[in-house]
Order: sequence, then structure tokens, then C-alpha cells
Amino acid sequence: MSATSASPILEVNNIEVVYDHVILVLKGVSLTVPEGGIVALLGANGAGKTTTLKAVSNLLGAERGEVTKGSILLGGDEVQSLDPNELVRRGCIQVMEGRHCFGHLTVEENLLTGAFTRKDGAAAIRADLEMVYGYFPRLRERRRSLAGYTSGGEQQMCAIGRALMARPRVILLDEPSMGLAPQLVEEIFEIVAQLNRESGVSLLLAEQNTNIALRYATYGYILENGRVVLDGDAASLGSNEDVKEFYLGMSSSGRRSFRDIKSYKRRKRWL
Amino acid sequence: MLYRETGQFRTSYAADQAIFPLRQDRIGLAAIALVAALAVPLLADDFFINTIMIPFLIFALASIGLNLLTGYAGLLSLGTGAFMGVGAYACYKLTTFFPEVNVLLLILLSGFFSAGIGFVFGLPSLRIKGFYLAVATLAAQFFLDWCFNRIGWLYNYNASGAIEVPTREAFGIVLTGPTATPLARYMAVLALVVLMTWLASNLVRGRIGRSWMMVRDMDIAAELMGIRLLRTKLLAFAVSSFYCGVAGAMMVFLWLGAAEASSFGINVSFQVLFMVIIGGLGSLLGSFMGAAFIWILPIVIRAVPATLGLDIGAATVEHVSFMLVGGLIIFILIAEPHGFARLWQVAKQKMRTWPFPY
Repeated sequence: MSATSASPILEVNNIEVVYDHVILVLKGVSLTVPEGGIVALLGANGAGKTTTLKAVSNLLGAERGEVTKGSILLGGDEVQSLDPNELVRRGCIQVMEGRHCFGHLTVEENLLTGAFTRKDGAAAIRADLEMVYGYFPRLRERRRSLAGYTSGGEQQMCAIGRALMARPRVILLDEPSMGLAPQLVEEIFEIVAQLNRESGVSLLLAEQNTNIALRYATYGYILENGRVVLDGDAASLGSNEDVKEFYLGMSSSGRRSFRDIKSYKRRKRWL
Repeated sequence: MLYRETGQFRTSYAADQAIFPLRQDRIGLAAIALVAALAVPLLADDFFINTIMIPFLIFALASIGLNLLTGYAGLLSLGTGAFMGVGAYACYKLTTFFPEVNVLLLILLSGFFSAGIGFVFGLPSLRIKGFYLAVATLAAQFFLDWCFNRIGWLYNYNASGAIEVPTREAFGIVLTGPTATPLARYMAVLALVVLMTWLASNLVRGRIGRSWMMVRDMDIAAELMGIRLLRTKLLAFAVSSFYCGVAGAMMVFLWLGAAEASSFGINVSFQVLFMVIIGGLGSLLGSFMGAAFIWILPIVIRAVPATLGLDIGAATVEHVSFMLVGGLIIFILIAEPHGFARLWQVAKQKMRTWPFPY
């Protein structure tokens, strides 16, 4: 089930995640992110999208979870036992859900924290800062204000920009659309896609907003109850009848009344 | 495994709301109650009752008091020792004024004095949180410590500055003072601790407990749900101090027999805080487990060389015991940061799903 012929930057093989030793959340998830691709991880609340991303960046320990089976390969190396900070050094960065900017630092200081692991000197960092400002002109305007006082959209941009400052090979982007106005979501996705085109960074994107995610992604996986139930390239997923009905709110037979509950409840093919 | 809820159906709201809905839990609790009320008095010697059981129960009650405040309402306090002292000194004054009254009643009444003091020192909690609140309660600790030392009226102007428990009785049995038997004191402590644990478990499961937990988890959201923050926090301080006060009064009247200001120093506060943390914040069962660990383990360790017939100096044993207990505390908190209560919960969950891992 490899996504494209390009060599994968990130491979997740059949991982199982257990929280608190007793709660099985992911029941064998496999996915592949090709070099330079945008892969969307779709699904409803509680399907396991965030858990998958946290498993990749090894953040589950903080929430009493652990990967009990399977393997995670970053650029061909097994990484599931590496600390999150080591993963950052290897170029795998997560932009967490809910942004988590450092509230008491200015926007520029926040961006500079992203370059913490870099060893290539102040000039290179300066240049990258300019690059981030190029992608997100709004951040340049707000560079001196405290991140805690900027708007949600600006904080999201700041979080993505901060990840970029580490020169990542792959970014795990968790729900960038959360709590943002549709227009702003559009803007952020536009920038992310541009970024992917120009700098070649790969993206693994967990998103609820199936519509917009499939528009920008090259490949998609649909998670349900901790399993991948469907995958395919974005165009074929977007035209899949089930995906249309369950995730995009479109039905082949047009709008139906909720009274016709039986016919509305289309049987999920994959269950 | 035996621990299953399979086949146990709840057909009424009362059954659904029971504290122990599982039959296995009820059997286990009954067994513990039998051991505590029958086996210990029948089989144990005075040493066991006096140095292990009575202080264990008293510290468990103090831990419950602090747990209500820190574990349930999320307010950190370092004044536990002082609040216990308030209970002890209040009980001492009460029994001076009313020598004829049932001493158990006086012990419970003295909790109200402690609750009042706790209420006053809880007032800053609306404005300050976390470490800053801990410092404010630390002020209470030092201030009250000073009061116990300097206000002669509190210890009846006794030349030694200590309070000595007079002989008092309840229901015709001598419970306090030098002539009280350890067994009588143990049964009194057990009765009070069981009663107050039962009250606390109902309190935390009800409206009040829920409002405390709301404040703990997110005070702003709690306020948006209509919780009056100041009232809720002050209630937590008052109830917590009540429990600590009763524990303090029991400590002097039913265990030590005499006390001075230094008996309620910052060390006691820290000891109780350790019990709460290692037992598990927000768990009554954890309070008992923490108290058992912190109180009983050093005694066991100290008894080991003597039992093995090794000739080691008492001071060395003491030092080794300190090091061992300290190391164990760190080890347990690394292995299970949420204390014994969480460990027990995970174990129960495992037993339920056994032989499957999840």
C-alpha cells in the first residue's frame, strides 16, 4: 500500500497503542508518508488521529500511553524508542493541536525557539526567519507582540513557523483548522501547500475538515476506531461514495429527511 | 479471575449509586472491617496497637483531611500540622472546661475550632494559587506554632509548656489519660476514623465533592458553571481543617497522652503531605495506603536487624531506615506518579479483563 513510488520519509507499520496499560486505542495502524508528500489522516473525533501523530513523535509517555506493537521508521531508521528531542534533531517535528505557543515570548522569540537544535549559525537562522516571515507576512507585523496576545490564526501560523525554523524533513500537523475561521483555514492550508511545494518538506496532516484536507493532500488515510479503514490518493477518496456520505455530507441521492432514517443510514462498506 | 462484574445487575438507582457496587469490593471491605474490629483487638499485643495501628489510623484521617483540600479541591497546604495542633489544643481547653462531657464528643467538637481557623487561613486562596498558596499556609503553620508556644492560656499556664491529657471517659469506659487501655483507645480511634471516612466518601461523591473537583480541574470553567469559588474553596479549607483537627485531637488524647507545640511542627505537615502524595491525590483509599506506607514501613525496617539478631546501633538503623524509605518514595513515584491509589485502580482494571491484556 505504498502511497507513491517516491521513497518514504516516514513509515508506520502496524502500530498498536495502549493507554494506561489497559485501554487499546490504535489497533494496527499503518501508513506511509512519501518524501515531499502531503498525507492526510482523516477521521471523526476519537478515531485515533492525534494518538497516531503522538506515537510517531513519541509523546505518548506523558499521557501514560505506549506503543506495544509495530514499528515506526523515519527515513529508514527505527525511531519508536527515541526521545522526542532526538526526533526533532532528526527532522521530525510535531505542531500540536491547540498550537501551544509560548505565551510569554514574543512571536519572533517563539520562532527562534524553533531553531534551538540548529548548529549552522546565526546567519542561517536569520535567513530562515526571513523565509518564515515570507510565508507568513502577518507574523512579521506582529513580531514584537507577545504570542499570548495574538489571535488564534496568528498563533497557528506562529506554531507552524516555529516548526519550520528547525529545518524539518517531515512535519506532523495536528488539526491546523481547529477553532479558526474558514477563510483563515483556507489561508493557512494555502501557505502549507506552498511551503510543501517550495521547500519540499513532507507533511502528515491530521484533520477533521475532510473537505479541505483532501483538497490539499496527495494521499489520505481514513481512521475509524483506531484502524485504517480506507486509504487512497486524495482524488479517489474524495470521489468515494462512502467518504462523500460519511465525511463530506454529500449523498448520491441528494438531500434526505432525517425521517427516512433507514435509507439514510447507508451501511458502512468497510465494517 | 474472581474480580468480575459479570452477572451483577443493578436494577434500582440506589444500587447504581452504591459506594461499592461490586460484590467483591463489599466482601473485601467486610473482611478488612472484621480484621480491624475483631482480629486486631483479639490477637494483637499492646505494642502493635499502640505504635502501629493507632497512629496509622490517626495519620490516615489527617491524610484524608489534607486530601480533601489538596487532592479534591486542588489547594496546596503546608499547614496540616498546625491545624492538627488547633484541634488538640481546642480539645484540651474543652476538656478543662467540661470535664464531665463525653470525650469523644469533645474530640469531634474540637474539629470545629480547627475548621474556623482553617476558614480564616483559607481566605487568601481566592487570590493566590499553587506554590503561593502553599507559602500562605506555611505562614499559618508558623503563626499557629508560635501561638501554641506563647499563649499560656492554651496550655493552662503549665510550667513545662506542654499539654497533658487528663483522665476522661466516655460511656463509662476510661478512654484518655494514663489509665486508659490501648485496646479502648484503639476502638475509639477506629470508630471515629470509620465514621469520618464514611462521611468523607459521601461528601466527595456528592454535589460538594464534585464542585471541589471542578475547582481543581479548572476554576474558571467551574465559575462559569455557577460555582461560587470563594465559598467552595473556603468550605474545602474548613472541612479539611475539621478532619485535621479531629486527627490532631485524637493524636494527643488517644495516642500520645501529652504534647507540646513542637509536636505539631512543619515536619508533621510534610509527613502528612507525603502520605497524600504517595497514596494518591484525590483518593480516600490512597490516604490509608499512603499513611500505612509512611508510618508502618520505617517501623518494619527498624525491626528487621533486631529480628535477624544483628547487632547494629540504633542510630545506624535509624539512618538506614531514612535512606531506604526516601529511596523507596522516589522509586514508587517514578514507577507510578499518581501513587498507590492509581496502582490499585490499574490492578483492578487488569483483573477485570484478565486473561486478556485489554
